[in-house]
Amino acid sequence: MVQAKALTKRFGEFEAVRGIDVEVRRGESFGFLGPNGAGKSSTMRMIACVSPRSDGDLKVLGLDPETDGPRIRARLGVVPQQDNLDVELSVRQNLQVYGRYFGLSRAQTRRKADELMEFAQLSDRADDEVEPLSGGMKRRLTIARSLVNEPELLLLDEPTTGLDPQARHLLWDRLFRLKAQGVTLIITTHYMDEAEQLCDRLVVMDGGRIVAEGSPAALIARYSTREVLELRFPPGHEVPPERLTDLAERAEVLPDRILLYTGSGETALEHVHARELRPLSTLVRRSTLEDVFLRLTGRTLVD
Amino acid sequence: MVVSTGQVVGSWRAAWLRVEGSWAWYRRYWKSNLYSSGLQPLLFLVALGLGFGSQVQAGPATGGVSYLEYIAPALLVSAAMQSAVGESTYPVLSGFKWQKDYLAVTATPVTPGQLLGGHLLWVALRLLLSASVYALIALAFGAWLNAGALLVILVGILTGLACAAPVTAFAATTYDEGVRFNALFRFVVIPMSLFAGTFFPIGQIPIALRWLAWISPLWHGNELARGVTLGGVGPLAMAGHVAFLAALLAVGVFFARKYFYRRLVL
Repeated sequence: MVQAKALTKRFGEFEAVRGIDVEVRRGESFGFLGPNGAGKSSTMRMIACVSPRSDGDLKVLGLDPETDGPRIRARLGVVPQQDNLDVELSVRQNLQVYGRYFGLSRAQTRRKADELMEFAQLSDRADDEVEPLSGGMKRRLTIARSLVNEPELLLLDEPTTGLDPQARHLLWDRLFRLKAQGVTLIITTHYMDEAEQLCDRLVVMDGGRIVAEGSPAALIARYSTREVLELRFPPGHEVPPERLTDLAERAEVLPDRILLYTGSGETALEHVHARELRPLSTLVRRSTLEDVFLRLTGRTLVD
Repeated sequence: MVVSTGQVVGSWRAAWLRVEGSWAWYRRYWKSNLYSSGLQPLLFLVALGLGFGSQVQAGPATGGVSYLEYIAPALLVSAAMQSAVGESTYPVLSGFKWQKDYLAVTATPVTPGQLLGGHLLWVALRLLLSASVYALIALAFGAWLNAGALLVILVGILTGLACAAPVTAFAATTYDEGVRFNALFRFVVIPMSLFAGTFFPIGQIPIALRWLAWISPLWHGNELARGVTLGGVGPLAMAGHVAFLAALLAVGVFFARKYFYRRLVL
């Protein structure tokens, strides 16, 4: 669906995307994970054919965005980072007007609007203006709108940023359904749980480059340990990390806590207690993509 | 396997689809819009044409006709200019900056150039609508001398577009909250409305300042509008006025198109 080789995007002197290779296959759910400014959105805009590449090769749906932009866009769905709905129109009008831009007939857009409002659980607000809807509802409408042309490839840029947990789960559920229908998804996110939930395969981006690639489970297995022990010490009573590092394969010292990477967090915790160290709080958990990111870049994902 | 139903539409149709979208919006808000764009110039016509005009003697300055008949065509053109400029400032900036619906449209097969075409086409349609309402009511007041009034509507649309295109380009290069638009209205639109021959012949303006009227699109529009109803403007002069407005429109479209691409494709 997408093939990028040495794909590069420059804005003047600044290089936002520095020669990345990506291949997204039909039917999969692919993620770009990285902090703000990693180059995810620039990459997405190039794939969405609204931003010409500065260098390298890019094929979307087998076509070149440079020469076939409109033809590619006709078959894409785009969910931008910020909702850009027509807030003075009704929910239904937003869907119908948008469908027309894809060459659909009036009858087709009417039918599709009903179907999508059902899908996005907005049927009872069909003829209400968009402006007063909640953030979650607007987001669902944006996603519904992106489906109006039955896209083969759906691009979602930070789909759940700013939503409450309930709204996020509802959105994830809708995305799973789309995937089950065979829609290829490309998602950017800086939420590791979202990436773990939604992506079959992902790349971790940092500073315009791809620093790792694989399935969430494979990435965790490769770059982290099975478990993590998190220790938080009272301010003023921090323990020098050297007294702990031998308990784990690897340790990360963060401003507010120490992370010990180990096969068994409980065993490590017993050793900590045996050394008469008194952390304020402790937590044993599974490794996540956050740990992978920390390992690869030395920084946390969301600061 | 999923096969998309989306397809690329032709350029003119794409622009027209944007008009359809604007029409969907207009249907919800037409009352307040028609008031400001169609009925407001009528207030001017009543107050100045009938009220103030009753104190004005028909004479050489008014081309020998009543003051009402003298300002009726120019008021239509002036209102068209103001409404076209208004439509091309905040609504365009919002498309880029606040509502960002321009970004939504150009994520579809529709291109920035087609979007711009849709905007200008929509401005033209709005002008047609409001100018027709104005013309009809002005007819009831006896403000029209002859059927040339129908041509005045076309002149209004041409003058409006000649102003809308460069102002759209201006809006596409505006990144602040639209403070620049205040300056545009204060220093260009309002002086132009007052001094470009709508209410009195520009012969009254000192010669040193008269060039300001000559370079204003509204003066050319007013001359044309009076030419087609009251007469007294030679065919060469008429052609010159049309050429001036058409050239302004062409230059405006050129730059607006350039800035639309610059802002939407990066």
